[in-house]
Amino acid sequence: MTATAELLNVRGLKTWFPSGNRWFGARQWIRAVDGIDLTLRRGEILGIVGESGCGKTTLGRSLLRLVSPTAGRISFAGTDVLALKGNDLRAIRRRMQIIFQDPYACLSPRQQIGQILAEPLLLHRLFSKTEVEARVAALLTEVGLETYFIHRYPHEMSGGQRQRVAIARAISLEPEFIVADEPVSALDVSVQAQILGLLMELHKKRALTMVFISHDLGVVERVAHRIAVMYMGRIVETADTTRLMSNPRHPYTQALLSSVPLPDPTIRRERSHLRGEPPSVFGAGEGCPFASRCPEAQDICRRKTPELVSKQTGHIVACHLR
Amino acid sequence: MLLSVRNLTSYFFLDEGVLKAVDGVSFDIQENETVALVGESGCGKTIVALSLINLIPAPGRIIAGQVLLSGEDVVTTPKDRLRQIRGGEIGFVFQEPGSSLNPVYTVGHQIAEVLQTHRGLTRKEADKEAVRLLGATGIPDPEKRAKSYPFQLSGGMRQRAAIAMAISTRPKLLIADEPTTALDVTVQAGILDLLEELQQQYGMAILIISHDLGVVAQIAQRVLVMYAGKLIESAHVDALFSSPKHPYAQGLLDSVRLRADRNAPLRGIPGSVPDLLRLPGGCTFHPRCSVSDLSCRTQFPPMLPLAGDRSCACYRVHQ
Repeated sequence: MTATAELLNVRGLKTWFPSGNRWFGARQWIRAVDGIDLTLRRGEILGIVGESGCGKTTLGRSLLRLVSPTAGRISFAGTDVLALKGNDLRAIRRRMQIIFQDPYACLSPRQQIGQILAEPLLLHRLFSKTEVEARVAALLTEVGLETYFIHRYPHEMSGGQRQRVAIARAISLEPEFIVADEPVSALDVSVQAQILGLLMELHKKRALTMVFISHDLGVVERVAHRIAVMYMGRIVETADTTRLMSNPRHPYTQALLSSVPLPDPTIRRERSHLRGEPPSVFGAGEGCPFASRCPEAQDICRRKTPELVSKQTGHIVACHLR
Repeated sequence: MLLSVRNLTSYFFLDEGVLKAVDGVSFDIQENETVALVGESGCGKTIVALSLINLIPAPGRIIAGQVLLSGEDVVTTPKDRLRQIRGGEIGFVFQEPGSSLNPVYTVGHQIAEVLQTHRGLTRKEADKEAVRLLGATGIPDPEKRAKSYPFQLSGGMRQRAAIAMAISTRPKLLIADEPTTALDVTVQAGILDLLEELQQQYGMAILIISHDLGVVAQIAQRVLVMYAGKLIESAHVDALFSSPKHPYAQGLLDSVRLRADRNAPLRGIPGSVPDLLRLPGGCTFHPRCSVSDLSCRTQFPPMLPLAGDRSCACYRVHQ
């Protein structure tokens, strides 16, 4: 990998949230993101999967500094994102955007679509007021909406249309990097494919680099080049999509994949039996965070936290037993 | 026949107009059978389920049709008898386990209450039976958990407790409305196993309502597909998944399966699910349908039988 091909490099990223009483007893920390290393090449789509509460959303927001990481380093196109302030931070944020899960919550109900899309263009002073209108119309066309939507309000649109507006807003500043946080989870199944299709088209046309966060393994399998599996704020396995899906190594990944019910009644497979549910968000203490549910856990798993180790080229697993 | 639904029609009378949530739905459920009702959000699945126990919230109302439970019409039956049926012959599990459990009583107390009301057990017997039921649904340490409040249980445990309550009266029919939608996929697997186990053990029929075609493929024997308040296809699960007939059912299955084939184009079904207050005329699917013609715009097609014990509401399929 050459240095120029690498867009994002994350080392030891931690985002902890304080919890509990500050005056009595020890202050506890919710370790939402607990030591993550990531590298993204330009043009790559990295899928992040995991169950609710595993920290995938916090990771996505931390990458854009929408929440402040507790520790670690994020290097975006060679710039240390966590060290930036003021105008420099604003300038880099133009290059990294986010698409949220809920197209109902992420658009202001009191603004027309035209205003919603014009706002970032005017804020970043990319276009003059006269140019903005044409630019907004072009954006709507690009995401497959008619230009008359400029004068509509979000409540007049369907979920799929709103998500198209959210996508138009995300690409309006010509970013290089987009975090898509469950971009189709709130949509009807018949509409999901349309929106995924649009995202893939834009990815290709604009050479976007993306982090695609989802709990839906089927969606991620379809769009991502590489997948990282998260559990309790850590990445437990990373591999190319095909390799991860066909040859998962970590016991958690194996359980997760075998739990997904296939839309094919002729394949009724044995469902995995994971004991219990994820441990407390305050961190599992010593040892592998998955040990309490792992069917293969040994003594060492409860004593020592496994490091991510490269097993084959590009296949990285954090497990003592693999 | 355990349950026979005929021309079930449930409307909501709103200020904005009449919302036809369920519009002339007919289907049967046999003893011991698992039937899935699938469709996208807002298509009326949940209102069908609530209509089966005559529990539609105002301003909604069943305006026509019959729901025959072993020959007895739930729609016209008196209130006292309805109370016996609800939670008695028909058990109900909701999507959000938190909402079917009372937050201020312990889980054991709530199950015991059902047992006292429906099965006439004494308090002591009921408490004991509640613990047994919690154990039967795979909750570890059931004596201790019976004394827990719902908020002290995880989502998966709460759903197991809600299932324990629903099966406590040994219902003939268990209606499970999106029972795993709020749960993580590894927890979902356990709940699906549990439902299958309980069905074998207690010999009950299950009506599972879901938007997740994966869940449906794994658990159902027969599938009913709903679109905008109407049934549009009914078939055995293998037949539906191998050769869906209705263009909507085809599109829905394609939307899920496209993901398996990386090279197939991502299209889905054009447009979006219609607003039930502003339904298009004729076949409600025609504006999104790739094979619709003029005949589709005049009248909604009837559900007509096809070979192989299945039926479909589409003019083009029956042509």
